[in-house]
Amino acid sequence: MKKIEAIIQPFKLDEVKDALMAIGIDGMTITDVRGHGRQKGHKEVYRGQEYNVDLLAKVKLELVVPSSRAEEVVNALSNAARTGKIGDGKIFIFDVAETIRIRNDDRGESAL
Amino acid sequence: MRVLLKVCSLAAALTSVTLLAQGNPDLQAKVAALDAATKAAQSAGDNAWMLVSSALVLMMTGPGLALFYGGLVRRKNVLGTMMQSFVLMAVVTVLWALVGYSLAFGGSSPFLGDLHFALLRNVGSAPNADYAATIPQQTFMVYQLMFAIITPALISGAFAERMKFSAMLLFTVLWSLFVYFPMAHMVWGKGGLLNAFGGGRIPCFDFAGGTVVHITSGVSALVCALYLGKRVGYPAMPIKPHSLVLSFIGACLLWVGWFGFNAGSALAASGLATSAFVATHFGAAAAALGWIAAEWIHNGRPSVLGGISGAVAGLVAITPASGFVQPFPAMLIGLLAGLVCYFMVVAIKPKLGYDDSLDAFGVHGCGGTLGAILTGVFATCLVNDGLKDATGKVLPLGLIDGKAGQVVNQLIGVGISWGIAIVGTLIILKICDLTVGVRVTREQEVEGLDLSMHGEEGYIFES
Repeated sequence: MKKIEAIIQPFKLDEVKDALMAIGIDGMTITDVRGHGRQKGHKEVYRGQEYNVDLLAKVKLELVVPSSRAEEVVNALSNAARTGKIGDGKIFIFDVAETIRIRNDDRGESAL
Repeated sequence: MRVLLKVCSLAAALTSVTLLAQGNPDLQAKVAALDAATKAAQSAGDNAWMLVSSALVLMMTGPGLALFYGGLVRRKNVLGTMMQSFVLMAVVTVLWALVGYSLAFGGSSPFLGDLHFALLRNVGSAPNADYAATIPQQTFMVYQLMFAIITPALISGAFAERMKFSAMLLFTVLWSLFVYFPMAHMVWGKGGLLNAFGGGRIPCFDFAGGTVVHITSGVSALVCALYLGKRVGYPAMPIKPHSLVLSFIGACLLWVGWFGFNAGSALAASGLATSAFVATHFGAAAAALGWIAAEWIHNGRPSVLGGISGAVAGLVAITPASGFVQPFPAMLIGLLAGLVCYFMVVAIKPKLGYDDSLDAFGVHGCGGTLGAILTGVFATCLVNDGLKDATGKVLPLGLIDGKAGQVVNQLIGVGISWGIAIVGTLIILKICDLTVGVRVTREQEVEGLDLSMHGEEGYIFES
């Protein structure tokens, strides 16, 4: 099993969700996060006081999928999240040792 | 207005009927009854407007100012900042009943009232003809109370995010006693030194509180900001408003409440009240545009915070002038206030380096001073015929009426209010510092006033 963690632009969330639903992935966890990579921040001015905001709002998606489907999911995700500009985000893939469904103690891929 | 005219012509008719009625007891009784009914009708109209105005002015403090200031601070200080406005609605009210009203409006000495109205003795439903002959004195008393509440609340913008709650309470009580009540008496009280309409030696025009409210609070705010020092991290760390949405709602409530503040200062539902209402609105509109334009040109973008700050600056500047000027001079005063306050806050404050957190001085001190001086320029007897000589001839008011000396009187009034505010606030701060200490500890400041002073948080999203 693989855990796929993606940091994406907040306004791309709906497209990404639709793309994942379309290939049959319907479980995911989403968090509002702030951060930056190579993307520059922006300037805000309050009564003449200037602030450079370098931590920008992003959305983090986390989902765990069978290893066999990982590549397909990553393709769908990155195609949907891409604008081609700096700031589109990143995808990280981790190995998952075990999955347990709390309700009935199912384990492994059948618990996904 | 039409009703008022009818009442007036009725009164005139009554006078002639009174002459006819002499010697006819039945007719005399009828005339007396009609006379009483006419007075009751005017009193009802005036009282209704003044009670509404009183409520409007209270609305300026809570929720108006509380929201305006609360949105401008960081999230961890939102409740502490709102509380600094709200608690004054309680503290100053009690103080007003004990001695405040009497010290401001009792007696007829030049500098301070007496204790004739202490504990609200002699303050009932009978009018006090020295101030407002057609409304119950209790209405006048409660209307003036609302001004005494908002004035110290304005200062809290300067020491926001770093003053101890206990010190703030002590400061406010002493400040009301030694700065506000004397100043209110000098400008508005019978026989007050600066009272143009009540026998003052230096007649200074201040319709609704340019000197009494905005200069005293704004200048005291500057003294507070200098005395308390900068907030931890200012200006290197970003200290951004946490919710301009709250500030926006607050500023709009201030704008509406200001109609009670300025038009209510006519103390009657009169043509003068209408004139002050119009001047207030036009001044605010021009000032909002002035600030927005200055920011757009100077900084590239017109901001929402700029728009609402400009409107407040204009409302401040038009306050002393509102019952004396025509609509276009009102717009000019507003426009100048928007521009001057913008450059004060954006260009001059950073150079001077003091931390007036929410620009209480930049907006109220500067706007108030500008408005007080320009009142002497644009005041005209075409708007306000309240100043008459012994023969009943209406006297000229400001520079545009040809009375240049009024500008000098206004400058003296401005100087006196600056002086009282600086000296009074410095001494009071020193007293507070030596007794309870004015500033929170560094740890409390970093934690935020909501938790460290009040033990609660403004926003709890997980519950």
